[in-house]
Amino acid sequence: MHDMSAHAVQHHGPPTSFIRKYVFSLDHKVIGKQYYALALVAALTGMVLSWFMRIHLAWNSAAIPGLQLLSKTGAPGGVMTPEYYLQLMTMHGTIMVFFVLTTAPFAAFGNFFLPIQVGAEDMPFPRFNMMSFWVTFTAFLVLMSSFVLGDGPTLGGWTQYAPLNAVGSVAGPGQGLGVVLWAASIGLFCVGQLLGSLNFITTTLDLRVKGMSLMRLPLTAWAWFITSCMGLTAFAVLMPACILVILDHVAGTSFFVASNLVINDQVQPHSGGSTLLWQHLFWFFGHPEVYIAIVPGLGIVSHILITNMRKPMLSHRTLIYSMGALAVLSYMVYGHHMFVSGMNPYSSLAFSFPTLVITIPSTIIVLVQVFSLYGSKLRINSASLFSLGFISMFVAGGVSGFFLAQPSIDIMLHATYFVVGHFHMVMGVAAMFGIFAGTYFWFPKMTGRMMNETLGRIHFWCSFVGAYCIFMPFHYLGIAGNVRRYSSFVDDYLQPLIPVHRFITVAALFTGAAQLVFLYNLIHSRFWGALPPNDNPWEGTSLEWSTATPPPFDNFGGKHPVVYHDPYQYGVESSVGDYVMQASPEQVKTEDEEK
Amino acid sequence: MAKFFAVTIIVIAIASAIPILLHTWAAPEDISTHGALIDEQMSETMAEAGISFLAAQFVLAFFVWKFSNRAPDAKLQKFPGGAKGLVIAAILVVGTEVLALGIFGVKAWANVYLTPPAADAMPIQVQAGQFAFYFRYPGPDGTFGPTHPEMISEGSQNFFGLDPEHDVDSRDDIVAAEMAIPVNKEIHLLMHSKDVGHSFYVRELRVQQDFVPGLDVSLHFTATKVGKYEIVCTQLCGLGHYNMKAYLEVMSQQDFDDWLKKEATLQ
Repeated sequence: MHDMSAHAVQHHGPPTSFIRKYVFSLDHKVIGKQYYALALVAALTGMVLSWFMRIHLAWNSAAIPGLQLLSKTGAPGGVMTPEYYLQLMTMHGTIMVFFVLTTAPFAAFGNFFLPIQVGAEDMPFPRFNMMSFWVTFTAFLVLMSSFVLGDGPTLGGWTQYAPLNAVGSVAGPGQGLGVVLWAASIGLFCVGQLLGSLNFITTTLDLRVKGMSLMRLPLTAWAWFITSCMGLTAFAVLMPACILVILDHVAGTSFFVASNLVINDQVQPHSGGSTLLWQHLFWFFGHPEVYIAIVPGLGIVSHILITNMRKPMLSHRTLIYSMGALAVLSYMVYGHHMFVSGMNPYSSLAFSFPTLVITIPSTIIVLVQVFSLYGSKLRINSASLFSLGFISMFVAGGVSGFFLAQPSIDIMLHATYFVVGHFHMVMGVAAMFGIFAGTYFWFPKMTGRMMNETLGRIHFWCSFVGAYCIFMPFHYLGIAGNVRRYSSFVDDYLQPLIPVHRFITVAALFTGAAQLVFLYNLIHSRFWGALPPNDNPWEGTSLEWSTATPPPFDNFGGKHPVVYHDPYQYGVESSVGDYVMQASPEQVKTEDEEK
Repeated sequence: MAKFFAVTIIVIAIASAIPILLHTWAAPEDISTHGALIDEQMSETMAEAGISFLAAQFVLAFFVWKFSNRAPDAKLQKFPGGAKGLVIAAILVVGTEVLALGIFGVKAWANVYLTPPAADAMPIQVQAGQFAFYFRYPGPDGTFGPTHPEMISEGSQNFFGLDPEHDVDSRDDIVAAEMAIPVNKEIHLLMHSKDVGHSFYVRELRVQQDFVPGLDVSLHFTATKVGKYEIVCTQLCGLGHYNMKAYLEVMSQQDFDDWLKKEATLQ
């Protein structure tokens, strides 16, 4: 713990030019908003791609108006070719996992609020922070450029399995330049996240103000800190893997291509590479990535629910330790993606055990969140509804993990829509609900305006019911043996399942349209939303509510707050109501306060 | 609004469970000797996951119903026992439950992957390539001839790159585009990919195994019911992935012998 009054930490002056204020800004709050805007654009892109995919799956020969403008060869007359389906699918997954689920809950909200919640003026390395955003932005442009360069984006899925990712364009459209652009983009993305993680870790450890012990950090700050520790290790593995793939393409190496592979009757000019090496490297990143996407959400919804319950969680420490356990275990479970990959079958059992064990901290988190509602005075608003929806989705997606953690059951469910349903619910929808909850909750602090509550509730109901209608049937399809990543269902066995796909498509179009309500609310409220009644409209306790709305350039207007209380002192009697803010010196009667 | 949320969650939870209880969409009937254990494991997991899902959603709904929008002077209460009881419950109930599932599931996994094929299991080689499966039977000599990747040619239908002119063992090998096997006879499948990653998935047989380019993978199973089933690829392998399939015909021993003789004449 450091006293900022003694340690002058960040003293870059307020920017004067437009460029330094809004474009190449060093201010963590502007960078947070930039990340949010990037995630928003990425989310809309990914969603529109999913619409195209869903329409194609439900009505295979349907012409999608305007799609031919995206690719004349990929969608002649608006009708998608099988390869273009896979290309759009790959882009959907890559955009959503990297540029939305990692970017919004971690980089966007974390950037804006972590320094404020620890009481700092800024991150310790503002230039690295600025660089982290612009590198990420460049990564997004590189990825998007594959839509128009060469023969389109890679078709190998967001997991980019070897050797399909390394043999070049002989393996199909997008497998040459498309893969190189994909790997370059993701490699850059890793650099951006590594820079961000360094900043998050040092902010948390070194820039806490006087009185802010580690246990006095809000759960959001803990979640971002734990996530950044995961990110530092996970992205550091994916980045070299991406470099090796690029080398296989441009330097004639054979890291991921075995000897004597024959494509189009030609023996490929590679030898000695390992197919499974890519999977190990990818999933060593890939499974922690699931938690990189969801742990910030766990912190955000806990933070929001506490404020709206008007009481703290049953145990602050238990939630922190459980999130930490998720982070540690996330590195030991990755092999459950590879049960039938051809690796040693005893390894499958070794990876199955920690996968089952990780159920325990997940269950503890859910139980603590749900049972903390007991005896509370829960306020219902858009933010708390999305937080409750998060828990519901996290449970629904979590229990399907019971199946996939077991190698024997995975024989049937691997590579089916059951897996698609599972990860969309637990890391897709749940994480998105965390983003939405955070948006409705922090919007006034970020912009100085309130979001429209009625539109927020309409958005919630359509999204909540819609998401169940989309993703629960995915599980049924998987149980029936519906293979994923098929551009159409020509197998005799799959034909009867097509009506289920049509139902899902209608639900996806409806739920997607509901997101336009959110977009409208976001943009309209930004400029014309009601002004918040005060700096603390939700009667919160953490430091972001102690400062002006929106916060000034140096966060606390030249003052350094001193922390006197635990982050969630609700249910007390104070001069302001049923809560006492962390930065308030007022002595109140509290229960079990950290020393 | 809170009560509406609670009711909605309960309706969704029950509606989600109905198709499972009614088996509206289910895996096709098992036709393997090892599949019953997998199915049993699946049912037990479904019961435990289903109960956990419903219980969590109901408790969430109940608490939201009961503790939302209370009067300002309502008293806050703490859940009796606090977090300690919940942690113990999570470790003892859920932890024991899932670990028990995992331990029992080892048997089902071991049946497929941790036991060697029987000495008299019938060897069949399957080769996956963009976007077809081909099958090779060793012929009367019981030995597969060596393969030569540089001789693989779709045009001349030398799918495995065989050189019968120089390799004696290749001369009686039988190559087919569909897989025929005798019922109740253990099959030892030798899996080889010629290009990229593929997978061998037969729902009715309860088998799914990836092909690993550069690595020979083996699998063994016994089919117990005569019939025709689809073999599909489940590992994304390129633009024709969705259409990469072959048929598995499980036949009586007599029919299989006749089929093999007929295929031998077509080589």
